[in-house]
Amino acid sequence: MGPVDYLLQQTMNAFSLGSIYALVAIGLAMVFGILRLINFAHGDLMMVACYSAFFLITTGIGFVATLIITIITTLLLGVLMERLAYRPVRGAPDVIMLLTSLAVSIFLENVFIMFLSPVPRSFRGVSPAFLDIVNHWGAVSVSNINLATIGITAVLFVLLLLFVTRTRLGIQMRATSEDLMAAQLVGININAVIMTAFAIGSAMAGIAGMLWAARLGKIDPLMGFIPLLKAFVAAVIGGFGSLAGAVLGAYLLGFAEIFLVGFLPPSLSSYRDAFVFVLLIIVLLVRPNGILGSSEREKV
Amino acid sequence: MSAAPKRTWLNRQRLPLLIVLGASLIFCALVSIFADQSSYLVRVIVLLGINIILVVALNLSNGFTGVFSLGHVGFMAIGAYVSSILTLTLETKSENLPDLPAWLAHVQFGFLPALLTAGVLAAIIAWMIGIPLMRLSGHYVSVATLGFLVIVHIVLINWTQFTRGARTFSGVLQYTTLWWVYLWVLIAIYVVWRVVNSPYGRMLLAVREDSIAAKVVGINVLRARLLAFVVSAFLTAVGGGLMAHYLTSFSPATFYFTATFNYIIMLVVGGMGSISGSVLGTVVVTLLSEVLRNAENGIQLGTLKLPPVYGISQIILAVVFVLIVNLRREGLMGGREINWARLFRLETPS
Repeated sequence: MGPVDYLLQQTMNAFSLGSIYALVAIGLAMVFGILRLINFAHGDLMMVACYSAFFLITTGIGFVATLIITIITTLLLGVLMERLAYRPVRGAPDVIMLLTSLAVSIFLENVFIMFLSPVPRSFRGVSPAFLDIVNHWGAVSVSNINLATIGITAVLFVLLLLFVTRTRLGIQMRATSEDLMAAQLVGININAVIMTAFAIGSAMAGIAGMLWAARLGKIDPLMGFIPLLKAFVAAVIGGFGSLAGAVLGAYLLGFAEIFLVGFLPPSLSSYRDAFVFVLLIIVLLVRPNGILGSSEREKV
Repeated sequence: MSAAPKRTWLNRQRLPLLIVLGASLIFCALVSIFADQSSYLVRVIVLLGINIILVVALNLSNGFTGVFSLGHVGFMAIGAYVSSILTLTLETKSENLPDLPAWLAHVQFGFLPALLTAGVLAAIIAWMIGIPLMRLSGHYVSVATLGFLVIVHIVLINWTQFTRGARTFSGVLQYTTLWWVYLWVLIAIYVVWRVVNSPYGRMLLAVREDSIAAKVVGINVLRARLLAFVVSAFLTAVGGGLMAHYLTSFSPATFYFTATFNYIIMLVVGGMGSISGSVLGTVVVTLLSEVLRNAENGIQLGTLKLPPVYGISQIILAVVFVLIVNLRREGLMGGREINWARLFRLETPS
């Protein structure tokens, strides 16, 4: 394999990994933009989606029905989470909201541990077989799941952009994330806006979860944690609260991760996740508002 | 006009300390005389003491300074591993950690020097990561410190030469006794109390309440936060060392998110920014989780044996946490201290 092929191969892998991070990061960034809440339970929505798909496929209703029901389940769970746990603490100090979401996350994970055991389950056989086919283009080989990941993310991002720029609710959402109080004053129903943000973010997290599980081939109750942290790092790199920033950050992180592993000596590649967080700390230092983030001054 | 208050040896400031000192001396003496040292009761009391050290230390950073760290368990892990590597006997070392470099393989520290070394090392690391991190505010510092915890965890798992990786680190001698633990409880409470009630501590509170106003009146916000973070990391590492020398075997998973969440619950239940609150919150949550943990392993109800349900204790703690945040956000003590002087009528209530 020549250096060009190698570069192409790794670029493909990086795009695919970055796409999953992007799907998770968009939901995080949307909710953060409006509520200033870092939703730790966002990663657990990925996990719930995977278990839902895992059990639905065994009922024999088919792949498409499984997918639709799973996405709806995840979406409803996200909305329910907001209604039950986050709305009562809305307006509380940042830390209280953050810790509430941490509690929701611990709650969900342990409910799944309690009822379904912490033992990982195989996700093979849930996704249709054609996704596992590997295409060989010259020396570069790309599996269908990677292509699907990249394609799905691109389509969803375009749809989301159309939503926030062309629809009434989308424009209201941008106004709310600009200034919640002012949005309320001009008569925007912020509860509806927040609910929509959770619904969209959760559905995307659900899709991301299934793609993630299809890559790894197994699921367990704690699987959402690492992708959540990565998506968070991505959102911070891009500029927290900005959708385009979240996507940009996600792809940058995908590239950084893949190429770190490619170029680091093998003995250090198991430290990959540690480097990701070192990167986070560096970004926070050099450009605390991220690449696309507008500088936000602390108000007196 | 009343005369200036007479300066007595027993004043408002010293009273609570003396009460805590006396009470813990009597408590330790009673427990060590009357209880079987290997009993479950003594085990809970020792772990309770270690938890108090950790939560009081966490409070200095998270409660008094407003730097809400989610990474303190990382310092605890550093304390546990460093002190344990230092106190292992040479035979255990060559058996369990055969690849240690020579300068470590042939030394064996006493318990106290090992604890102090671990504490100082954690403090140095806290200082190094604190210089960049303490500039951040709000959520950013929380998540960046969480990142620190993840980094520590990954290093522990991968640095097998020193840590045995994800496998259990065992063979640690059980140096930790009731007396050691409560000695450190007193030290931790005294240090945090002194810091908070010093001009420097007032600076911390000013920084927490309004960092811009604090800056305007000339407080070096970064330095104030950094010092609290470093002191807090030192005490946390000592707590981790005590824990390691009590459990005698542990793994990187011992010092990860479950532990982080448990200490934060203790802190929030007691009320951030109150030392007596930290102690109270730790007692309540430690006892509650002991009860729940026993329930997790199955309960005998008459002839009915409930099956073990793993995870239920974390679920209940999470629900308790959400309820407290909603019903009594300021925790049990709400940032106030127990007013001992009023309790003992040294002063009339105003």
